[in-house]
Amino acid sequence: MSRAIRFAPLIVLLLIVAALIWRLATPADTNVHSTLEGKPVPAFSLPAALPAKPTLSSADLATGQPHLVNVFASWCVPCITEVKVLQALKSQGVSIDGIAIRDRPDDLARFLAENGDPYQRIGSDAQSKVQISLGSSGVPESFIVDGKGIIRYQHIGPIEASDVPMILNKLEQAR
Amino acid sequence: MTAFPSLRGAKATKQSSRGTGLLRSARNGALLIAVTMAIASPALADSNLPPAYWSDRQLPDPKQEAQAQALMQEIRCLVCQGQSIADSDAELAGDMRDLVRRRIAAGEKPSAIRAWLIQRYGTWISYKPTAEPSAWPLWLAPLALLIVGAWLIRRRIRVRGR
Repeated sequence: MSRAIRFAPLIVLLLIVAALIWRLATPADTNVHSTLEGKPVPAFSLPAALPAKPTLSSADLATGQPHLVNVFASWCVPCITEVKVLQALKSQGVSIDGIAIRDRPDDLARFLAENGDPYQRIGSDAQSKVQISLGSSGVPESFIVDGKGIIRYQHIGPIEASDVPMILNKLEQAR
Repeated sequence: MTAFPSLRGAKATKQSSRGTGLLRSARNGALLIAVTMAIASPALADSNLPPAYWSDRQLPDPKQEAQAQALMQEIRCLVCQGQSIADSDAELAGDMRDLVRRRIAAGEKPSAIRAWLIQRYGTWISYKPTAEPSAWPLWLAPLALLIVGAWLIRRRIRVRGR
């Protein structure tokens, strides 16, 4: 047996250790990205989440103007801070629609009264059905939909104040 | 869900042991624990709605239920990303079980439901390995290992034969 081949197991071990160190140093992205970016919003029609608020269907998203569709819930803690950023976006003329996941009207009304209401329309998705059909895996998430009803961008997690210029830019691109 | 109330409970027992009437304060403490546990909101963010109807209920037709079970064991949970939706306690997994059972009850084929989910979440959502190029090493690995093993055995036999 040649000498070099005796070191083969050691080299294999070192390669495995190097791979493990690399993965520890740069952790994998655990977010699940929707594969519907660039594709039309799946057809849906939701019941109203609140009696005084118009509800949301996929037809409301293909109006010629870009929309920001926010998947949220009153029981979602990060949504409380996000809704304030959404207010700021609304004041800059962004049309924001909401999909309330597994929510009750009373809880939702209280959430909006306490934290502000940036939503034009809110649909109630009590069994996460529309959420699943959008390829969304949690709250909060947001989708930028262009005027033709094509999903242009999925934002996973809350929209932070520092994300506002990027979101405005994406909305401009979707125009 | 239990972390928050038990923390409050610990505080309550500490207070009660400080009192003079040991038995009474203990009873008060127990009452306080019960009340705080009842009032305390769960620390985990979960909704207030009950689970979806078919999330933890078997379909009446055993054949359909078996089909649904087999599919649910091969669909990955989006929340607890190492589990299948059949194993996961996450609310979203429950909603996905409801979706799978409803569609199977409506006569949809499991392969169509899987394809529908893959269309939204990518092949990641399915535990069943596909034949796409990124999965080729997975299929070729056993073959490669067999070849290496055969080669090693052949060498050994030759060395001994000498």
